[in-house]
Parts: sequence; C-alpha cells; structure tokens
Amino acid sequence: MHHIIIGAGPTGVVAAETLRKLDAESQITIIGDEPEAPYSRMAIPYLLINQIDASGTHLRKTGGHYADHNIEVRQDRVARVQPERKNLSLQSGSDVSYDKLLIATGSRPVSPPVPGIDAPGVHACWTLQDARDIMQRAQAGAKVVLMGAGFIGSIILEALAARRTDLTVVEMEDRMVPRMMNAVAGGLIKAWCENKGVKVLTSTQVEAIESGQPMTVRLNNGNTLAADLVIAATGVRPNIDFLEGSGIRTDYGVLVDTQLATSAADVYAAGDVAQGLDFSTGQYTVQAIQPTAADHGRIAASNMAGRTQTHRGNLNMNVLDTLGLISSSFGAWMGVEGGDSAELLDAERFRYLNLQFEDDRLVGASSLGLTEHVGVIRGLIQTRVRLRGWKQKLMQDPTRVMEAYLANTLAIGHNAGVV
Amino acid sequence: MLRALKLEPEKCTGCLQCEMACSYENEGVFNPAKSRIKVFTFHQEGRFAPYTCTQCEEAWCLHSCPVEAIVINAETGAKEVLDNVCVGCKVCTIACPFGTVNYNQDSGKVMKCDLCGGDPWCAKACPTGAITYVDVDSTGLDRMRAWAQQSPAGPATHVEPRPKEIATYNRAQ
Repeated sequence: MHHIIIGAGPTGVVAAETLRKLDAESQITIIGDEPEAPYSRMAIPYLLINQIDASGTHLRKTGGHYADHNIEVRQDRVARVQPERKNLSLQSGSDVSYDKLLIATGSRPVSPPVPGIDAPGVHACWTLQDARDIMQRAQAGAKVVLMGAGFIGSIILEALAARRTDLTVVEMEDRMVPRMMNAVAGGLIKAWCENKGVKVLTSTQVEAIESGQPMTVRLNNGNTLAADLVIAATGVRPNIDFLEGSGIRTDYGVLVDTQLATSAADVYAAGDVAQGLDFSTGQYTVQAIQPTAADHGRIAASNMAGRTQTHRGNLNMNVLDTLGLISSSFGAWMGVEGGDSAELLDAERFRYLNLQFEDDRLVGASSLGLTEHVGVIRGLIQTRVRLRGWKQKLMQDPTRVMEAYLANTLAIGHNAGVV
Repeated sequence: MLRALKLEPEKCTGCLQCEMACSYENEGVFNPAKSRIKVFTFHQEGRFAPYTCTQCEEAWCLHSCPVEAIVINAETGAKEVLDNVCVGCKVCTIACPFGTVNYNQDSGKVMKCDLCGGDPWCAKACPTGAITYVDVDSTGLDRMRAWAQQSPAGPATHVEPRPKEIATYNRAQ
C-alpha cells in the first residue's frame, strides 16, 4: 500500500503521522514543492521579527523525524493527477502511482489585477522565500506599502511595524479584518494601529505600481505613496489548478464529503484546499485555518487507513494580534437570523465582546482585548449547550462566559455533575 | 500510575490560595492573574469552582499548535508548553474548548497547567481538600461519563509521548 500526500504543510504532515500510527507497514510519501523542511506559514511573522530562525518555523523539531517514522518527504511538484490509473505525473518528469492519495496542497496568494504588480519590489508574504525577500527590503525607515488588511495582512502588519518600517496599509473594504470583525471592532483595530503610528487607509484601492527607486504606488483617491517595498496580502485561493482535467470535482476548493473523500475513488482532500463541512452553517466551505487543517489531516488519514471517521464540521475561528491588541472571532460572529446578541464596548480601553445567540445557545462571538479563557467560547458553541438562565446573565454581562460554561456543562473533567 | 487533579467545588471556600501558589511557583509572583488555575465565583448561589486544565485526552491545544510547542510529559501525562518553541500565535487559546490556555502578554507566550511536573502546588496549597492530586482511576468514571454526555467526539491523539526533564519542587529550598 502506497499512500501519497501532495503538500508538506500542517495537513500533510499530520496526515502522514496519523497514517504511520495506524499502519506501520505502508509506504508513505509526502510531495512538497518548496526547498525547505516542512514548515508552518503561521510562524513567518515571528521569523520576520527575528524572534525565531527558519528552524523555528519547522513543523517538527526533532532531527530525522520523518525518516524515523519511515515517511519519505520528496521535493517535487505534481503536474497532473490521473485517478483512473492512480497515477501522478511529476514536474521532474517521472510518474508515480498511488493506492490512496491525499490532496493537501493548501492555498496560494492571489495576485491583485494591478498594473506593476510583478515589479521586483512587490512581494507576497506566503513562503519562507517571500519572508527572506521581505526582510532584505523591510529595513528600519524603509517605506512599505501593505496591500490588504485582512487576517494575513494584519498579522504581517505587526512584524513590519516591529521592524520600524515606515508603514502604510491600504485596504479596499471599509475596515480592517472585514471577514473576522464587525464595523465596531474593525474600527477599533484601525484606531489602535493609527495610535501606534501605522497609517491605515480603508476604502482605498491601489490602482497602479510604477517601478523606480522608490516605487510609486497610485491610489484611487488620487494620492500617491512612495514605496521601497510593496507587500500584496489581498487574499489566497486553494491550489487546485493542477487538478484540471483529472475529473476530481472542484468548486472554490476540492469538494469533499464528511469522510473528506473527493469524487474520485481513493482520493481524499484536506486542509486549506478542501471545501469541508462548516460546523456553524452546515455548508461546505474553505476555512483555511490551522485547527481545521490539522483536524482534516487526521480524519482523512484515518479514512485512508480504513478506519472510518466522520467529519462533524469545524468551527471557523481566528485569533489575531495587531500591535498588542488581541482579537478573536468564532462561528457565526455576525449573528444569525432571528437570534439575539449581547455587546460590551469600552472604546477607551479597546475592549469589546460581542456574543451571538440562537435561542438559548451561543453560536458566535467576537472580541477585542480578551485573552483570559477565550477558548471557552468555542466550548460553549461546539457543545451546543443550552444556556437556560445563563443566557440572561450573559446578556447583562457577556464576560461571564466561563461561569456560564461551568454552570451548564458536565464537561469539566473530575468536576462532573457537581457544579 | 497517572495522577490527575480532582476538583471538588462543593469544598471550595474561594480563598484563592491555589491561585497564589500557582502564580508564585510558576511565575515567581503572587499574582492571581498569572495563575493557571482559576477560582470562579457564583455569587448568587454562594459557590466557588476551581478550574484548570484537565489534561484532556483530546489535547485540542497540542493538535492546534503549528510549531510543536505543546508536548505530552510521558511521566505525568500533562500537556506542557515549551516556552522556547512557542511563538505566541495564540491558536491554542481559541482551540481549547475549556478555556484553560491563556496568553501571557508579558512573556509573549501561552501558559497552561503542567501539573508542576507531578507535584501540583495548587493541591498542596488548598486548605479544604477541594483540589487533590489523585490516581486517575479513582476519577476516571466521572471523566468518561462527562465526555460521553457533552463533548463532540474528538479526534484520536497521535503525537507520541516524549520524555522531558521534570522540574522538582521542594518547599524547603
């Protein structure tokens, strides 16, 4: 039995390890196209501020980890998948056949349709190589234009500010992290960044980038910005182009069922490339978050090894640190039709908590400045616990989520049934 | 024999000795905000509930970590944060459905209960026996029942336990 995993990110590595644990004998190969040990893109911001070196981004820290587990990590790129022959054509020219295949190719940055986007001083911030290129240009005092204040842009923002660059953020939407925060919270994040000396232009678009030393960035409001470095963080898309003609069904990402199986026999998909079940909506969407990637990897691998596991859907959630202001969002943070919400706002202290209920269940939340016990929000949402009288208490004081959880669940380990 | 913290809210008087002991032993300060165990107050009912990580089998925090900074201590079963590996991304703080992994803004790392390497100070500091450190088996049934009733089925753990140097604590020192 030969298991092949395309993609050496967290999903691929977790899947390979899970397969090895369930099946000591099979051949397991990870095919990744980057010339690095498998690493975590999530660690790149910390590399940019020299908190860690490249080895600190590695998914596994023990030398010889993959060899010890008899997992082959091969550097190559899959050009074509032929499910009917169970064959992969590799860019290096060779072919390889599989018994079970996992597509864990993740996503890649979208290049915005802006003239000059291919200029040498314009970079995405996605790979370790991108990070090295950015570090060269993002020196203290360098003029940096960051296109996009979504989740990824906002995470890089902190590193660029810490490198003491002269930073301007340009965001098309009317607020920062528009897909994670509402107008109140997104507005507070913007104010916070501006207080820290970062220029943030919302409802603004880059129209063109003109080469030069420095480059000239033309905005749709008529202004121009000088830039030694432009970083494009305008979104990512699943890596599915290589599946064209394979017959494997795709939509936004690769379509999977609750076993994470694709439309082709013995082919599975997981992680940022897979359009998997969303816990909150019941829809199949690409979440592109770390916990989902790891869960997908484990479940897909288990099914590949013949131990059926059903995916019950992942809760979409994010946590972000913008220059010390920590924000998080969970599930249906924007609310549901016919639901109720509770909101607590202390704009002066940049504190915000918004809870969304459906009936007497918590279904979503977003927060600013909350670092204590924030995970319990996930617990409350995902256990679908009925809050009963605690809903009213939370409407009055949303910060009491931990007490609400303890009072309403038995899932407190040895405490079971006592509180 | 693995041992675990047994928390019995009905015995808790809310004195916060456990929080003091935890923050002092682990962070070097008497600061309940730095404690990994927390006593929650239910004023109306006149109740207190000490609560911390149950070292759950699902290990949501460990599985969500992108840089392998949370590992299982083979001797105690505790899920421990490796400070020198943690980058402070905070994903584990939202992944833990019990809310027992917190971000420490001073250190830029996350912190959680590590059972003090097998000699938990909260249990030693508790004057009423609301926190005890006992054989897992003696609490196992409660635990299994709790999970069966409430928890969404978690994926199986897959990370091998690895040996880790265990710090020993001695009150005399």
